[in-house]
Amino acid sequence: MPKAVREAAVAAGDLMKKLSVLVALLAFFSAANTFALVVPEDRADILYHAYDGGGVTVDGPSVLVRKGYKEKVSAYANYYQDMVSSASIDVLTSGSKYSEERTEYSVGMDYLADRALISLGYTNSSESDYDAKTVSFGISQDFFGDMTTLALGYSRGDDEVRKNEGDISTYQGDAQRQRYSLGLSQILTRSWIISLSAETVVDDGFLRNPYRQIRYLPAEGAGDVAFAAEAYPETRNSDAFALRTIYYLPYRASIRLEGRAFNDSWGIKAENYEIRYVHSIRSRMILELKARTYSQTQADFYSDLFLYENAFEFMARDKELSTYSANSFGLGVTYEFGFKIPLIKKHSASLYWDFIQFDYDNFRNALLSRSEDGQPPEYRIGEEPTYSFDANVIRLFYTVNY
Amino acid sequence: MLRPICVFLALLAGSGCSSLQPWVKPYERGQLADPIMAFDRDPIATKYLMHVYEAREAARGAEGGAGGGCGCG
Repeated sequence: MPKAVREAAVAAGDLMKKLSVLVALLAFFSAANTFALVVPEDRADILYHAYDGGGVTVDGPSVLVRKGYKEKVSAYANYYQDMVSSASIDVLTSGSKYSEERTEYSVGMDYLADRALISLGYTNSSESDYDAKTVSFGISQDFFGDMTTLALGYSRGDDEVRKNEGDISTYQGDAQRQRYSLGLSQILTRSWIISLSAETVVDDGFLRNPYRQIRYLPAEGAGDVAFAAEAYPETRNSDAFALRTIYYLPYRASIRLEGRAFNDSWGIKAENYEIRYVHSIRSRMILELKARTYSQTQADFYSDLFLYENAFEFMARDKELSTYSANSFGLGVTYEFGFKIPLIKKHSASLYWDFIQFDYDNFRNALLSRSEDGQPPEYRIGEEPTYSFDANVIRLFYTVNY
Repeated sequence: MLRPICVFLALLAGSGCSSLQPWVKPYERGQLADPIMAFDRDPIATKYLMHVYEAREAARGAEGGAGGGCGCG
């Protein structure tokens, strides 16, 4: 080989080595200094929510304000209110219509410490017969060139349950709720993310609704049907696992899939699946279409009709503990306004509508076996058609980012 | 001498515990940064819908999206 070519080859080799060192150094420092985790953006939302279904209407406002400081700390405060008016089938079967309010305040903060995001939160919820205080702690950390995020969370809630009868409110018991969560999200490609979540919930204490009743067949001569307070175990442990994935389509739209499996120590198994399509129209409008299906099996101690009084140690007739399925469909639109407001980066309005159909397999419409106006009942007790109802859920909100 | 340093730095830049290299670089995350790719675009609205579900379904837990994995802020 000529000397000049050999020298050129050596020089090229040296250059490649130097370049590779430079590339490796760049990779190292860019990875070390690129914080994938960031504190949530500054924003304020004012929301009106409404639920209407099964004789229950719940509506009210929610206001959420979040403000950061030097991209290291972000604090938030949330005010939320439910105004409930209930003539649900439970209430009509063994109670009376009622109205009440629930008010919830939450405050919290996120702190970015090196490559970890630490979150703290506190929520206080109060209504005339129920108080709940919850503290939560979470930590997230990025790994693997910021393609992987691991999140751990813990929360503890302390509830006090009372029962209102007329003007008298009677203490019923306390309940303690603890949640342990683990989340892992992974960037798979430049347009695809997958996320795994697991959460264990441990409840202890007074876990039933003090107003809800079971129904049973009384001894002969004591009428056709009788009612008694529910009896629940004082512990409930549950595990839930979810897989979510979101994919950016070849045009500006995304598709999100979700599956979740659940089981608990009361014998309930549940699963839900959801598909969501998000589509942008020009740069200002985002449309969302969603379909969701949910199904569950009953708790071991659930029955629509117990055959005699005190049939078991634990007894429930809560339709949320029965075997049933729910299917829902949702539509949403977000529009970002074009006109500017001083000190505000952007602002938008959103409207979401969800329609949910609940279909119970072994919760019967007990109203149909009652005598009305002296007329004989339409159905015999325990032979009524199963219950079903539809619900509409509205979320209307205005968002400013600053 | 340079080669082991290169390999060491490259490994350190990656996971530190795996020989796999991160294959989606920060500058390739434009699509992932788009709001339409957020698991939870509007927390106030998501929180309300989760409350609706939890009040009417026995299942609870694992509702969230495990935070964002996207290095895009």
